[in-house]
Amino acid sequence: MEFRGTGIGQGVAVGPVVRMAERLPEPVDRPSHLDPAREEERARASVSVVADDLQRKGAQAGGAAQDVLEAQAMMAEDPTLMDDVVKRLADGKTAERAVYEAFAAFRDLLSSMGGYMGERAADLDDVSQRVVAHLLKVPAPGVPNPGHPFVLVARDLAPADTALLDLTQVLGLVTIDGGPTSHTAILAREKSIVAIVGAADASALADGDTVIVDAENDLVVQSPDADAVAAAKERIAERAARAAAPITPGALADGTAVPLLANLGSADGAAGAVELGAEGVGLFRTEFLFLDADRAPSVSEQQEQYTRLLSAFPGRKVVVRVLDAGADKPLAFLNDAEEENPALGLRGIRALRHAEVILREQLTALATADAATDADLWVMAPMIATVDETRYFTDLCRELGLKTAGVMVETPSAALIADRVLGVADFASIGTNDLTQYTMAADRLLGTVANLQDPWAPAVLRLVAEVGAAGGRLGKPVGICGEAAADPLLAVVLVGLGASTLSMSPSALADVRASLARYTREDAERIARAALAAEGAAEAKQAAKQAAESAPTPTGTTVP
Amino acid sequence: MVERTVRVGSSHGLHARPAKLFTQAAAGSGSSVTIAKAGGAPVNAASILAVIAQGIDHGDEVTVVVDGGDEQRVLDELVELLSTDHDE
Repeated sequence: MEFRGTGIGQGVAVGPVVRMAERLPEPVDRPSHLDPAREEERARASVSVVADDLQRKGAQAGGAAQDVLEAQAMMAEDPTLMDDVVKRLADGKTAERAVYEAFAAFRDLLSSMGGYMGERAADLDDVSQRVVAHLLKVPAPGVPNPGHPFVLVARDLAPADTALLDLTQVLGLVTIDGGPTSHTAILAREKSIVAIVGAADASALADGDTVIVDAENDLVVQSPDADAVAAAKERIAERAARAAAPITPGALADGTAVPLLANLGSADGAAGAVELGAEGVGLFRTEFLFLDADRAPSVSEQQEQYTRLLSAFPGRKVVVRVLDAGADKPLAFLNDAEEENPALGLRGIRALRHAEVILREQLTALATADAATDADLWVMAPMIATVDETRYFTDLCRELGLKTAGVMVETPSAALIADRVLGVADFASIGTNDLTQYTMAADRLLGTVANLQDPWAPAVLRLVAEVGAAGGRLGKPVGICGEAAADPLLAVVLVGLGASTLSMSPSALADVRASLARYTREDAERIARAALAAEGAAEAKQAAKQAAESAPTPTGTTVP
Repeated sequence: MVERTVRVGSSHGLHARPAKLFTQAAAGSGSSVTIAKAGGAPVNAASILAVIAQGIDHGDEVTVVVDGGDEQRVLDELVELLSTDHDE
């Protein structure tokens, strides 16, 4: 059996399936047919098994995780909690229901206290699920730990689950829900986990099935034969060799330079990105400075962070995006009004213009950091839709002493009038995630419309071509900083459409570098034309693949 | 029965790891132990949930009561644990 989904990256993995159990439904509140003493025995037996299990996992994990797991073990066997359970059993409830209610009561108490106690509420929830699962004799929800390397199959992962993934054990990841821009996909890309997301039929996979996860071909193969497994293993080895190849600047086979830049969310990732061959930063997101804050950080706080970032890239280009608040990342001090359609609301440059002092402070901090370091700082504004907004931003940048001011192209409007936008801005950077969301009118966080969230959609490519052509005519650089640039074949298409730089998660750099080196500019343009002319996203990808296969192998290059 | 009042030394108060260390020690002491925040009702010190739910912060005064077993030694150990900063 084969299942289709959306592959993240180019990796291949082979291994046994372990399914992540789904969250348990709330136990039904019905009278028990056992007497309370018997129900109490059941409850005590289950908490003791769960506590022992958590203790054992803690001892295995060591370090900070051990403290958390031991604390959870103590929560499972907590005497105050058990008193509450016994009280509820006396009312004739089942052990499942009594345990569920007692944990929920404590959880509500802790989360109402906030802060450190609030964080414990999630730990408690997890313990509750484990105990109830044991009582019901079903697998405990959460990321499994079978003790051997495995392919994780899940409906979707919560951010907390992904944080717990042991990357030495998880060979690959298959999700049934979720699209290429879901948080799971972004995380998989960031951590280089071989993943297929949105494989709706993968719910047919069972624990212990051997599967090949083929992200390059968007395919999960159930119970493959020996030849297929051998071929997959060969590809895994080839890819490892490619990652170990010497790092060279990004370029096409004919020598055309295509600088490969990194997307970063904090200054901490800078050193790692340089190590993987990033030639600069194509998108530095500044939201981390503002989230969890009920006020904007001070100019000096910001300046310190920007200086740290810029110092890591002496002589290199660093593109910083000013605060992109709103939609899925609202900020209390910036977006106070309830919006029915936040993705179409007061976000990005619209919100900043509304609260100009925040933008002025950020640009001031950036200008000061720029003056103190040797990096080549470019700044850009998110969510630009009009020339007026472009002019507003670039004027402000110049007033505050920033040399290079550009815009993100995320709205179809900005793409369609790119010639006029680029008449004002120094450069454009295409955010393919939002551009896809707005072009296809499909919420990027919504699994039910994930099939529309595909940057291969010819409509999206057409808009990219508009911007690329305008940049070419005006001599203004056009970069790509959305996830699309991390797809090695799509990266070639984007260059063929006129992109001059590509920015991506550092983990994708090696694959994209190898892919660009296989094609000349002429090839790239031909492959792009094939994709543009297709009927839909899947057809565009297929057409690009065919066009790429017919490209002659450049001399002196080994095809991996 | 012996009791003593002490200031909590952990910089994040009696949550997370320090709470775990304290309740582990109380549960393993063989004595019956309670802890109370100044002005609050005493709770079972072997119950991590009850202890966390007290919301005891750094510098708060708490009263520990030990009943049964090797009372004085258990009290000394628990007071020592409470006054140490485990969050360094």
